[in-house]
Amino acid sequence: MKASNQLWKARLEDRLSAGLGAEIDVFEHELALRRQGKIDERVFAETRLRRGVYGQRYDNGQRHDGRAAQVLAYPERKPTKGPHTLWDAPGMQRIKIPFGGLDAAQLETVADLSEEYSDGIAHVTTRQDFQLHYVHIDDTPALMRRLAAAGITTREACGNSIRNVTACPLAGVCRDQTFDVTAYAKMTAYYLLGHPECQDFGRKFKIAFSGCKTNPCALVRMHDLGAIAATREVDGEVRRGFEIYVGGGLGTVPYQAQLFTDFLPVEELLPLCIAIARVYSRLGEKKNRNTARIKFLVNRLGLEEFRRLVFEERAALSDDPKWAEALGGLAEYDEGPSRPAGLLEIGPAQSEEFRAWRARNVYQQRQAGYATVTIALPLGDITAAQLRVVADVARQYTRETIRTTVEQNLVLRWLSEADLPAVYSAFQSAGLAEPLAGTIVDIAACPGTDTCKLGIASSRGLAAELRTRLLERGMERDEAIGGLRIKISGCFNSCGQHHVADIGFYGVSRNKNGYTVPHFQVLLGGQWDENAGAYGLAIGAVPSKRIPEALERITGRYVAERRGNERFQEFIKRIGKAECKRMIEDFAAVPPHDQDASFYTDWSDAREFTVGDIGVGECAGEVVSPVDFQLAACEREAFEAQLQLEAGQVQEAAQTAYQSMMHGAQALLRLRLGAPPEDAERVAAEFRTHFYDTQLFFDPFAQGKFAQYYFMAHERNGAAVDEDAARRRIEEAQLFLEAAHSCYGRIMTAQRTF
Amino acid sequence: MQHINVKIFAQQPIMIDIGQAIPIFHRWIQDRATDELLVDVADYRHVPEGPGVMLIGHQANYSMDNAGGRLGLLYNRKLSDNGSIQERLRQAYDSALAACKRLEDEPEFRHKLKFHPGDCEVIFNDRLLAPNDEQTYQTLKPELELFFGSLWGHGAFDLGKKGEPRERLRVRAALRSVSLPAV
Ligand code: SF4
Repeated sequence: MKASNQLWKARLEDRLSAGLGAEIDVFEHELALRRQGKIDERVFAETRLRRGVYGQRYDNGQRHDGRAAQVLAYPERKPTKGPHTLWDAPGMQRIKIPFGGLDAAQLETVADLSEEYSDGIAHVTTRQDFQLHYVHIDDTPALMRRLAAAGITTREACGNSIRNVTACPLAGVCRDQTFDVTAYAKMTAYYLLGHPECQDFGRKFKIAFSGCKTNPCALVRMHDLGAIAATREVDGEVRRGFEIYVGGGLGTVPYQAQLFTDFLPVEELLPLCIAIARVYSRLGEKKNRNTARIKFLVNRLGLEEFRRLVFEERAALSDDPKWAEALGGLAEYDEGPSRPAGLLEIGPAQSEEFRAWRARNVYQQRQAGYATVTIALPLGDITAAQLRVVADVARQYTRETIRTTVEQNLVLRWLSEADLPAVYSAFQSAGLAEPLAGTIVDIAACPGTDTCKLGIASSRGLAAELRTRLLERGMERDEAIGGLRIKISGCFNSCGQHHVADIGFYGVSRNKNGYTVPHFQVLLGGQWDENAGAYGLAIGAVPSKRIPEALERITGRYVAERRGNERFQEFIKRIGKAECKRMIEDFAAVPPHDQDASFYTDWSDAREFTVGDIGVGECAGEVVSPVDFQLAACEREAFEAQLQLEAGQVQEAAQTAYQSMMHGAQALLRLRLGAPPEDAERVAAEFRTHFYDTQLFFDPFAQGKFAQYYFMAHERNGAAVDEDAARRRIEEAQLFLEAAHSCYGRIMTAQRTF
Repeated sequence: MQHINVKIFAQQPIMIDIGQAIPIFHRWIQDRATDELLVDVADYRHVPEGPGVMLIGHQANYSMDNAGGRLGLLYNRKLSDNGSIQERLRQAYDSALAACKRLEDEPEFRHKLKFHPGDCEVIFNDRLLAPNDEQTYQTLKPELELFFGSLWGHGAFDLGKKGEPRERLRVRAALRSVSLPAV
């Protein structure tokens, strides 16, 4: 696409390490081969994903423009970038930033690339990566070379590989840490990058490091592999190690990672990673993506057996000289300040804005006289010009100690406190000093329908709307709710980490009045602290356009009724999920389209949120069908299961969750059989015949995954379950019912269309 | 010289909410308002002095851009084109101007938004082909003088290189009659 693409190679030749340069040459070669049709599209898709070159919404060349589905007529017919992915359609480039650490030149490189190849915006993700959107695939080799010249690789940023290794952004400066995990995170990231033992996974693999157990900064318990700094006294000597967790993950059904060992000496960290990789490669699911994450393997084998297999692999590993080499290099990691420690006198001369910024965005480091500043980025977005300002400040006041955070922000570490007024002033003039870090306004959101192929509803649109409204009401300053976390995902895949928010939302759709209406499921009571210590549960779906009101009611109720210093999770627990559901129930109503069409569009998007050509006023939607009724009843049943779980009735909860799925299947079977069977065996069999084998129930991306939840629950129904399994079955039931709604919507749309 | 961007500035007073550009740009996609392939709309209003609301296209992006704190319509040519520099300048400027006129005529913006065709910036969006240095500027200046001279009359305008070295090469071109706010 860019005329200069070919020239960058020669220009940067002597600035790229031999390895990185050669890798990008290979990728460029693969691009050429694919253009000539000499590589299969599926193979090429995985190849590019492993380089961080991702697909983006509408890249199949189809887009509903609000009136009808249109073909995006890219001028040239070229090979695809993967199945149903057009070559010329813009895509996303993910840029891996191990532990979020960057220097000023790297930030400037990202700035340059965002202007030249993207839309002028760099986006910080919930896994400390950067993402650039609307990138043409032909530009990616030049873009990668420019990153490589700055010491950044995009290798294994996506695909079935070890993704970005994340770590607390405060590691090394945190007052609560056991020790600084930065060097260990870095060592692990680079040791595993491209490691031959990590090339045969069935799915992605995410690793996180945390310096302590209590704070949430690294969210260790929602990772495939999590390491929390720990020490132990051995022979009178304090030794460093890690508490290791495995098998966590958000995704459609969240799993809390389980404690693998409470102390792993640091020397064993890399060997353990390889041993786990071997077990995962060997025994992990490969065919069915939906059950291929390591959490399913740990669950299937049981933790004990998984542990045994891993230790068996560990014992069989021969020594890799790189282990000792990596450990030897740990001491080299030394950040430190560039300026003497200083003290900041708080005085009347300082503006109220400065004081608010200092109170919310400045963290006093464990090193006296130094502070870490958070730059709260709206929706994780930052312009090229702003990135340059951050680079300037980092150069002037620090040893360029910048990090991205999982809350989609940037932090600048090792600022002398005496420099804070000057830093504030530099950031303020660039629009980077909003005093919102860690507040209810500092909302995290995944890309959602803006750019993600899987997005159902506009997570960013909702985040922007809530941000505006909360700011207008000064909610960031509210003593009770100012510190609550809101996180939003555009679909059940949880990239916005909605499960670990005080108040989480994920996008779903509902068939209402003959139209598809954007909704968000509301989740309450997730726990951000203790490294994502507990997940929230869904309490009901609310139309997108009523989410702001629902939020106001939930927070208002908390403010009015909390007892003393009762925390939000405690409050939610006390009033109970049934009451929570009641609290938002009246928001579920959607007015008819001719009364208020705004419900039928999403935030920040003027198009009607429908598929197909449903004419306005044509619908007979006011008549609620028996299927509608039955699906609503199933949702109540799934909710009932939550209440049972809350009351400690674990078996009953699992059973009720299963029942809700079976009744959902019956509801859909009504459309095919008139009167559905009653017998559970027959329901499952008929559902398989009419909805699974025909793929009618298939989600465009998750395929038959949600139906499999039902089949699995059917097979296991009656077997003893523990609390975790019951909770998962409830989550699965909710997803199955969401899919049932979508399937019903598709069938109704098709019937009205033809 | 490729990937020429042109930003035509809006005139004061600006009485619009740029959020209204969202439905407008969606209509442009529905109506295939330009010869180019228009793909989607991106909303960046939350970013201070950012790209505002952007219409993403295959050949080019259009945005109600707020960079530098001044609203304007930015045309960002993404495809490489054949032809002389004059032809490419013409293509980018004409496309930007056509979009400005179309926006001024949209019901949401009528009588509330006016662009000044004689007040614009040209950005060369390729640091390798057009490094932001004095030498490149001096090489391109005669081309820009020729282009804007043919447009507005020779000697009737000022040209000035803008921004700092890390930015892309950016040249302000404005009729002398335009009162220039500090950029
Ligand atoms: S949660 Fe869904 S919409 Fe959001 S980025 Fe992930 S897959 Fe896409």
